[in-house]
Amino acid sequence: MTVVKQKLLALSGDEAVAYAVKQSDVDVVAAYPITPQTIIVEKFSEYVHNGEVDTEFICVESEHSALTACLAAAATGARTFTASASAGLALMHEILYVTSGCRAPVVMTIVNRALSAPINIHCDHADSMVERDASWIQIYVENSQEAYDSTIQAFKIAEHPDILLPAMVMLDAFFLSHTLESVNVLLDATVREFVGTRKIPLVRSHEGKLVPFKLDPKNPVTMGPLDLYDYYFEHKKQQEEAMQRALQTIKQVHDEYGEISGRRYGNGLIDPYRLEDADIAAICVGSTAGTTKVVVDQLRAKGVKAGLLRLRTYRPFPSQDLREALENVKAIAVMDRSNSFGAYGGPIFHEVRHVLYDAPTRPQVVNYIYGLGGRDMPQTLIHEIYKDLQKIVKTKRVEKPVQFIGVRE
Amino acid sequence: MSSEWKFTTKDLAEKPELLMPGHRACAGCGPAVVYRQILKATRGPIIATNATGCMEVVTTIYPYTAWRIPWIHTAFENVAANAAGIETALKVMKRKGHLKHDHIDVIAFAGDGGTYDIGLQALSGAVERGHDFLYVLYDNEAYMNTGIQRSGGTPHCASTTTSPAGRVIPGKPEYKKPIADIMVAHGIPYVAAASPAYWRDLITKARKGLEVKGPAFLHALAPCPRGWRYDTSKTIEIARLAVETCVFPLWEAVDGEHSLSAPSKVIALKPERKKPVREYLKNQGRFRHLFTPEFEHIIDEIEHIVDRRWKLLLKKCGMA
Repeated sequence: MTVVKQKLLALSGDEAVAYAVKQSDVDVVAAYPITPQTIIVEKFSEYVHNGEVDTEFICVESEHSALTACLAAAATGARTFTASASAGLALMHEILYVTSGCRAPVVMTIVNRALSAPINIHCDHADSMVERDASWIQIYVENSQEAYDSTIQAFKIAEHPDILLPAMVMLDAFFLSHTLESVNVLLDATVREFVGTRKIPLVRSHEGKLVPFKLDPKNPVTMGPLDLYDYYFEHKKQQEEAMQRALQTIKQVHDEYGEISGRRYGNGLIDPYRLEDADIAAICVGSTAGTTKVVVDQLRAKGVKAGLLRLRTYRPFPSQDLREALENVKAIAVMDRSNSFGAYGGPIFHEVRHVLYDAPTRPQVVNYIYGLGGRDMPQTLIHEIYKDLQKIVKTKRVEKPVQFIGVRE
Repeated sequence: MSSEWKFTTKDLAEKPELLMPGHRACAGCGPAVVYRQILKATRGPIIATNATGCMEVVTTIYPYTAWRIPWIHTAFENVAANAAGIETALKVMKRKGHLKHDHIDVIAFAGDGGTYDIGLQALSGAVERGHDFLYVLYDNEAYMNTGIQRSGGTPHCASTTTSPAGRVIPGKPEYKKPIADIMVAHGIPYVAAASPAYWRDLITKARKGLEVKGPAFLHALAPCPRGWRYDTSKTIEIARLAVETCVFPLWEAVDGEHSLSAPSKVIALKPERKKPVREYLKNQGRFRHLFTPEFEHIIDEIEHIVDRRWKLLLKKCGMA
């Protein structure tokens, strides 16, 4: 297939998400406002009130009810969407697990914002990182274009009959959510054809019949039952198997989308930049990757073999891809925009270092906690990180495996 | 508002059971009786949703289910949001031509914990938004599923495991929250109080709640032999005494207009028929401590509260 006709629009990250949802033939949106997600729900309300979408928008009284309503609507057979951030996502915590446990393919945008206290509306990744064990697919985007593209892909991934897991797409507060960018959008018909109508897989009911997996009076099923030690464990294992299958499905949907849009983000799981012959590399998620690419180019111009690996998918974690991409790198800096208090480093560091333990070359891996509460991450600080990596390669010694950067002592 | 629906006992007997026998409710379970009666009132296809609680647990232990209708449970505090999501999904799917049925009714079931306490926010939000569903509160007046802890629905001085009848504090110091009044104050089209002892009244009210457009709230008293400490054969008798003593009068409010239902209207017209509250309390172990010289004065206090609330209700019904 060749790349299709597209339109260039000036959109903020939030607007790009709302535009993608508008085009994805969503049945039910239930959402509650929270800075910096508000533009998404405001924009979508305009679409509803101007008759531009055939979607029901439930203005719920809390995020807890937002996700509940999406889950119940999805269980009834609808395509559903919600968006939140920070405290809103924390309030949803309980229902995140219920949504994945009920295998309801809800799609949610998270505009990454710091958690209270003290209250702060700016970007860090603490809100979504803490939900990494909730059995939701997690995709972190670098810019508004990718926010648009990934939202459309998320519906197709979540609803895929092999997966049936909810998916969240993360974009950085303000850096992306409120910043205007040039965004290429597909035509309505193209998106509609790409996402299709939601297909409901068949399951075996308690009466032994194959029935659609939804609340349907013709074929009654019981959802969300009490499930004790004799079956619960198997159900959780099935969720893990679906999560592992998602590695393939995310790549596949990303490829199909790339065919029509002409846009690809690495292989959909990891997005390497000048990594092939790199001796040193940084790893990060989100918009910091943009700044880091500039730094990599500056270093390359000076002959330093520097590279970057942007992690696009954090759940499921692309262990194999990551290991292969980093097998010849000598020293790696993992940049975490969140902290796991009392742990040995941030959440991305934990995974990366753990995965590389099995790599035959086992490179040095260090961790930098940066940018909490929206603190800027300028090129100068990223240069410092690469300088540290050069030193590590040279001396074969790590002085500080885990450190905070850009913070007052 | 009056329902066009007329039914005979034979009609009810012939109507298939939607909650099947074999579930694991206790002997004498009031909520199970309430559920059975409500499901006799359905007018067509329905989807039910349940808050966490006794009835969720006893009807579904995987891989078994007692439900013959589509049913979903998600959590404790959000059953009204479940109903909102289901009703909205049905509306848009019908509009888009993705629904085979012309209309599907939605019923949300929750106990007193899931309604008075942890579920009040979602309930208030859902009825404020005007979703078309019937909310059934099966009120067994404590957290029975977790072992009889007090809730906002537990009556004054009842002994529970978190408001025990102690030497100093004789049961729950606070009073029962007027939950149905709170629902009337939301301006919803239908609110009613019912008791399974008056099954015809309860079934009729459930049907009205389904037929009305918009949110309907049915407050059903549901005695619990384990939590209220009485013999399992006495459930209906106690559910009747609650009405006869005016502890739990039967009424409905259609678009905010209150009227007494027949069993309570009889008492309003002939006050001598009102039984003393003592009659209701005496068979229940949760009030046993009140029948001691030390705390007996509390029975008069309870009688006083019951009278005051009854008078207020009579006023609302234009019968004072």
